[in-house]
Amino acid sequence: MISKYVNALLMPLLLLGVVIGIWSYIALQIPGFPPPGEVWSELFVVLSDPFYNNGAGDQGIALQLGNSLARVFGGFVLAIAVGIPVGLLIGMSRSAYSAMNPYIQILKPVSPLAWLPLALFVFKDVNMTAIFVIFITSIWPIIINTALGVRSVSDDYLNVARVLQLTPFERVFQIILPVAVPFIFTGMRLSLGIAWLVIVAAEMLTGGVGIGFWIWDEYNNLNYSHIIIGIILIGVIGYILDTLMGLIADFFDYRKRGRV
Amino acid sequence: MSAKPFLNIDHVDKIFPLGGGKEYVALRDVKLEIAENEIISIIGHSGCGKSTLLNMIAGLDTITNGVILLEDREINAPGPERAVVFQNHSLLPWLSVYQNIEMAVKKVLGDGLSPSALKEHVAKYIEMVNLTAAQDKYPGEISGGMKQRVGIARALSIQPKVLLMDEPFGALDSLTRANLQDHLMRIQMQTGNTVVIITHDVDEAVLLSDRVIMMTNGPEATIGEILEVNLPRPRKRLELQHNPEYLRCREAIIEFLYQKFAKHDD
Repeated sequence: MISKYVNALLMPLLLLGVVIGIWSYIALQIPGFPPPGEVWSELFVVLSDPFYNNGAGDQGIALQLGNSLARVFGGFVLAIAVGIPVGLLIGMSRSAYSAMNPYIQILKPVSPLAWLPLALFVFKDVNMTAIFVIFITSIWPIIINTALGVRSVSDDYLNVARVLQLTPFERVFQIILPVAVPFIFTGMRLSLGIAWLVIVAAEMLTGGVGIGFWIWDEYNNLNYSHIIIGIILIGVIGYILDTLMGLIADFFDYRKRGRV
Repeated sequence: MSAKPFLNIDHVDKIFPLGGGKEYVALRDVKLEIAENEIISIIGHSGCGKSTLLNMIAGLDTITNGVILLEDREINAPGPERAVVFQNHSLLPWLSVYQNIEMAVKKVLGDGLSPSALKEHVAKYIEMVNLTAAQDKYPGEISGGMKQRVGIARALSIQPKVLLMDEPFGALDSLTRANLQDHLMRIQMQTGNTVVIITHDVDEAVLLSDRVIMMTNGPEATIGEILEVNLPRPRKRLELQHNPEYLRCREAIIEFLYQKFAKHDD
């Protein structure tokens, strides 16, 4: 019992001490690198007035993060809206799979930043560009996992559907989707993680407002402690997003109700 | 046998193409007439095509040559008048016991039932397999024997003309199996269903059936012998142990399986 708490609490704290030690050493070696103490006190400055708005380019941290989150959700929702039907289609139809698979495999590894100039040229709008880049990079795990979920429906369940003479529509909603839903959520969880990674890079290039822009802006202001604060906040929010998605996924996963 | 058999398996072949112009003849010239309310067992070694035969009656497998008729209507697709109890129960794990049966009833009988009649109907079949106490549990929360009882209740709840059972108790321990066999006999006496059971258990075949169909080994498996079991119903497992007719039937099947058509591999 005691060793459990030691592992859960004391060990991370111990490691934190080591990290702060190394960090302090680096700060001594590189002139201008913010030491832990400075970042700690700056964190309170940044968090004390998160909602101030002095116009474009100078806004509180909460507004920066809020803008980034809004773009992430925009792209993410679009990716879900398109990705799930496409995934269902290629999961159920061999020919649709054959038609689309080569393009999915080729487009999937393309870096989000490669899409960015093209999107900027087409949309000529920072928000639309960011949302599109999120969409195009986070849609692949949703498509692939949805298709995988559909293909993992066992023949036994499909035989039940055949004996009961379910219509194709009933088959999708009563047999295929319940099996595929946990897979779809796994895809969505991966997608959201990717989206949160992508937004920082995208906003550094598009500028305006958003956590990615904020970090880049603070770099230009030589305000290095804010860069580290940005990194920490991005990490914390990414963790919260992932945990929330995990909880939602568990809620819709029939395997979590009773053992199978 | 009457002039018009209830279920008529008429010179049926099942041939699987193997590619490269080769083929595997699983079943050759199977003919069998089954009367209404009859309980038939099909027994044979693994690989004799007995499951394939059942799947063809169910409409889940295509028939290569010949025809299967149910009440003079050709079978060419699955349908709820031929309910199947699958070997691995095939319950939908995201639905409770009640919902699994309700879903089938809604689909097959749904239009003619009021909500309260639907509820009553589902409850009746859950009651029939003594699972009322577990009706809100999910398949993952109940034992293998209970799952199979739900499978039987689901199959019966859609009031099929024929109940097709593919080694329904094969995956269960022998005590649970005996219990379910008794359940099945009691329910069949209530409902009067026509039942076709695939099995590889000699005692199960004799205990449950009016006739036991013995299959030869594949390839080109077919019906080797048909054994009439002249035991009155209801049958009591204990009383049968020394019944001469029971022993005669048992012996005949064992002789067929292990002497005439013994399988020497595995």
